[in-house]
Amino acid sequence: MSLTTFLQHCLTGISLGGAYALIAIGYTMVYGILRLINFAHGDIFMMAGYFMVFAVSSMPWPIAIVVVIVGTIILGVAIERAAYKPLRSSPRMSIMISAIGMSYFLQNLATYLFSALPRAYPEIPLLKRIFQIGDLSASLVTFVTPVLTVLLVIVLMSIINHTKAGMAMRAVSKDFETSQLMGIKINNVISMTFVIGSALAAVGSILYFTDRMSVTPFSGALPGLKCFVAAVLGGIGSIPGAVVGGFLIGICETFLVALGYSTFSDAFTFLLLIVMLLLRPTGLFGEKITDKV
Amino acid sequence: MKKSTKTLCSCIALALLVGFLLYMETLKTTQGMAVSILQKGAIFSIAAVSMNLLNGFTGLFSLGQAGFMAIGAYVTAIFTIPTEKIVAVYYMNGVSEGIMSIKRALSFLPEPVLVLLALIAGGLVAAGFAALVGIPVLRLKSDYLAIATLGFSEIIRALISSPQMDKITNGSYGLKNIPGFGGENGLGCLLVPFGIAALCIVIMVLLIRSSYGRAFKAIAEDEVAAEAMGINLAHHKEMAFVISSFFTAVAGGLLAMYMRSIEAKTFQVILTYDILLIVVIGGIGSVTGSVIGAFLVTASKEWWLRFFDTPLKIGNFQVPLLRTGFRMVIFSLLLMAVVLFWRRGLMGNREFNWDDIPRFGRWVKRKFTKTPATEGGERNG
Repeated sequence: MSLTTFLQHCLTGISLGGAYALIAIGYTMVYGILRLINFAHGDIFMMAGYFMVFAVSSMPWPIAIVVVIVGTIILGVAIERAAYKPLRSSPRMSIMISAIGMSYFLQNLATYLFSALPRAYPEIPLLKRIFQIGDLSASLVTFVTPVLTVLLVIVLMSIINHTKAGMAMRAVSKDFETSQLMGIKINNVISMTFVIGSALAAVGSILYFTDRMSVTPFSGALPGLKCFVAAVLGGIGSIPGAVVGGFLIGICETFLVALGYSTFSDAFTFLLLIVMLLLRPTGLFGEKITDKV
Repeated sequence: MKKSTKTLCSCIALALLVGFLLYMETLKTTQGMAVSILQKGAIFSIAAVSMNLLNGFTGLFSLGQAGFMAIGAYVTAIFTIPTEKIVAVYYMNGVSEGIMSIKRALSFLPEPVLVLLALIAGGLVAAGFAALVGIPVLRLKSDYLAIATLGFSEIIRALISSPQMDKITNGSYGLKNIPGFGGENGLGCLLVPFGIAALCIVIMVLLIRSSYGRAFKAIAEDEVAAEAMGINLAHHKEMAFVISSFFTAVAGGLLAMYMRSIEAKTFQVILTYDILLIVVIGGIGSVTGSVIGAFLVTASKEWWLRFFDTPLKIGNFQVPLLRTGFRMVIFSLLLMAVVLFWRRGLMGNREFNWDDIPRFGRWVKRKFTKTPATEGGERNG
């Protein structure tokens, strides 16, 4: 592999990793607060793709992007209200089953509404413009994705570390019940988490699908699982961890595909997960949790 | 109800069931839909009970079912595809020498024995995999275990469809020409899957009722307390995982025989979810619930809710919403309703008992007469 192709794959990998990182943040935040793998998150991401398809056909793309983000936020919060809130005090297994059921429902709904055939993703001319640096060529979206990801993460981190809402989030993720006793409105905090997670998933979906060109009702399931793996890899509950995990998985996957092992690229992600859980279950940046009886 | 009456009831029910199955077998040509639903229901009831053994009774939330079913299905398929047809199945890449020599060595066996042997072999291979995977994975707790087992089933799927395995699994082309249930005239097309399902479920029930089963339930209830009572956690979890995988793979083998042709795509995560739905609807922790759930879910998915998928016109009025795919939307809404409002499922964690029938009758009577029941004899067992 020559240096140019190596760098080219690096670029693709970083771009894919950026989209993964944005989705992984949604997983890690929800898990940090509710201790729930939000299996429906990948499908929220898929739905955001469909929203974009329909929004662009009826309005200019800058407005469409805003509409998509708002629509995805509404969907995410609605799912939380409908499927997770009623089960807040029930065992973890039932909430997880509810999340799986929600993912199943969204996939079936999308199949019903938009049919199972792949739908062309709208091209945003600005993002698709080809740039040339030396021998490397890539569309603008490849460069925008990592930059935007890092920017959004910095904004998010400052919200979490320096605002009152962020402090409430940190408190809830530390100890659910005590923070309730301290007068924090749990439901608002949880809704806030879903708002942030869904908004980032919407941005991630725009970046991801612009590269992929088509959406199907099932195109959210596998990226969703991979992003959860990314979140675990970085240490669940940690936002910088999720970002690092997302980039790591994106780059590894791109290189596996480049080396001709594309059938193994999904399997590799899960292998990475199993190895990681065994060697360092708290992930790269996770805090050590002790089991309480 | 007296115990002898209950035994009598069970015997009569069993005889009626066998009679019904034999009758249905003769109607195979006219009632194809009902027969295939019964077959599929029997297969899924094995898978559901074995998932319940792990998720309900032992409290290990595993989502690796599709992977183990894939192993069972592929092993069964390789064993049972007739030797004279196998070269045609692998027309792209050729058959591996190992498979051919196994098939030649086993060619003297009559077909029913070969099928049984194939199912058991599939189960054993899956159990072997489960034993290996279980050692590291079962150290994980609840949702981490779920995602790790789910990942494992995806790894199996990738291995099966990978080009390196072409000569064994035929890569992405899948396997065809798998013999179905029963002979040419359809004899045994229902009794075989039902017989195997009954055998598997009886073995699992016996396991659940044994001291091991009580240990499993203790682990599900409280791991720390169970360990303090002297239950070897790792050993029992591994055992539940291996046994459950064995029976899941048997179900996978039967599924291969039911479908006649399989490919790696058949065994996606969605298959695991389907089994999970059956377990949830039937009631987590109830064997009879899982069996009833398997038949109910299969029948409603493939048959009773079919009309949602076909556009309907009453007079000049086009009924809205009805078109392809609506059935699955309704189905997933029903599932969500069960998860949210009726969390115990059909049976909760109880088992079916003949006493339930008079009790159910009284309950219905109370509901419809609207006056409080005065006979009040709740205890006549």
